[in-house]
Amino acid sequence: MSSRNTVPAEQDKDATTALSEGARQERRLGWLLCAPAVVVMVAVTAYPIGYAIYLSLQRYDLRFPNQAKWVGLSNYGAVLSSPFWWNAFWVTLFITAVSVAIELVLGFALALVMHRTIFGRGPVRTAILIPYGIVTVVAAFSWQYAWTPGTGYLAALLPSGDAPLTEQWPAIWLIILAEIWKATPFMALLLLAGLALVPEETLRAAMVDGASSWQRFAFVMVPLMKPAILVALLFRTLDAFRIFDNIYVLTSGAHNTGSVSILGYDNLFTSLNLGIGSAISVLIFICVGLIAFAFIKLFGTAAPGSQEGER
Amino acid sequence: MASAGAKHVTGWLTINIVVVAYALFPVWWIVALSFKDPSTLTDGNFYPTKWTWQNYRGIFDTSEFTRALINSIGIALIATAVAVVLGTMAAYAVARLRFPGKRLLIGMSLLIAMFPPISLVSPLFNIERFLGIFDTWPGLIIPYMTFSLPLAIYTLSAFFREIPWDLEKAAKVDGATPAQAFRLVIAPLAAPGVFTTAILVFIFCWNDFLFAISLTSTTRARTVPAAIAFFTGSSQFQQPTGSIAAAAVVITIPIIVFVLLFQRRIVAGLTSGAVKG
Repeated sequence: MSSRNTVPAEQDKDATTALSEGARQERRLGWLLCAPAVVVMVAVTAYPIGYAIYLSLQRYDLRFPNQAKWVGLSNYGAVLSSPFWWNAFWVTLFITAVSVAIELVLGFALALVMHRTIFGRGPVRTAILIPYGIVTVVAAFSWQYAWTPGTGYLAALLPSGDAPLTEQWPAIWLIILAEIWKATPFMALLLLAGLALVPEETLRAAMVDGASSWQRFAFVMVPLMKPAILVALLFRTLDAFRIFDNIYVLTSGAHNTGSVSILGYDNLFTSLNLGIGSAISVLIFICVGLIAFAFIKLFGTAAPGSQEGER
Repeated sequence: MASAGAKHVTGWLTINIVVVAYALFPVWWIVALSFKDPSTLTDGNFYPTKWTWQNYRGIFDTSEFTRALINSIGIALIATAVAVVLGTMAAYAVARLRFPGKRLLIGMSLLIAMFPPISLVSPLFNIERFLGIFDTWPGLIIPYMTFSLPLAIYTLSAFFREIPWDLEKAAKVDGATPAQAFRLVIAPLAAPGVFTTAILVFIFCWNDFLFAISLTSTTRARTVPAAIAFFTGSSQFQQPTGSIAAAAVVITIPIIVFVLLFQRRIVAGLTSGAVKG
């Protein structure tokens, strides 16, 4: 907080002569209005992540709090050499990649339906918002019961009547299914907003020029919608990577279906190992950072926030 | 011609029905489950053959659920109120004022929007125990409002850009300070956007599970999503399926109400922030 106050003050000093009274007032009001939000965000995220890094460098087991001691990077060594981490990591990556890819395709189809439909637009959009709004845990329980033999109608449809949630690959696919069901509408809405930015005339011109509907889609719509597509992909990728609720309810991470978030949670709250748990937390943070960095590096100006600065 | 038109209509009708069925079918299944009589609970039927309110009566009889419901409502409402107030202030500044550090603010909120919550769970767990707010309302309100602030700032600044700002200029010409212009002219115009944002933030807080199971340990602050994950049957020989289904339906009701009443607003809010922001 104190450092924030001194920086503006310095800038203010050399700007005083150049800025009119109104501009200075505007500036001060700007800082004043942002300050509470900034303070909250820094206090609740920046400080704890620093603290997580500090915890991750210690041997800190809540069952033996007195034996806490500085161990350097050995927690990271322990996590990175553990098959549990790598299994969780690949499972997370697989779920993320597959579900986001399918969501993009389905979301596009859904966006086109919502954009083009001549009637029933209201009911369709209302229905679509339900998966978005519904509590993830609720949806996950619905899926879980549906796939549980004896209780569920979906399990009953399976030929052998086996329990798909108790085997690794079937369970992972069902987790992906639950994730897709929940997130596709959000993807579709973001893409719909992008579709609205595609001018009708451009599409009609392409049609007059003899472009097929596929060509209009691939060479007119998609390029024009690139920013919207990238934003949707970035948000959904990062969101999918931190998947927790669906897995917790569907399998609790059993049978090697846990994501990295599940692994971190288990280490923290089942084994009560704050040191290892924090190391996992920091590693997940780094992964998310790398994904975001890759997106922004690859797509540069199309990343959200960059247009913001120009205003 | 008429038959081609009819074909067109049927085609769209089919597509629309498919979409609606897609969206509703897990919801219907949990509703069906919640109305099933215990004896038919495991029959795997898509419709309840014996309807009963028993599951609902059961959960409202226990303080475990009612307490969680009160926690959920209270925590989500307070977190929403705080996030929307702070978000409105920041978004106004972002949309309207020129000041150094704006980019930093936007970058920071973007960063937090991408933040993996699990990374914060371990430090917050320790910090909150130290501060004595572990397993209390503030212990959940604080992370909720923080994580919904980026959503609030993005959505609100997108809405604020649509406001006819000449009115503000007119007010300033008439001698209002920027602060007065904000309070007397812009705030009333901004109300619909603020309301929409509040709905989105509320849904976000209502939805959270990870913080709710990590930062609570008793019914004192445990919200419904966390509570139903810990439900046990009323006797040890009974599966909690019916109770979980009923509780799940109860916390879905507000979402359905919001969606039915404010569909247009929610769509506008979700899309404006993401694309224009």
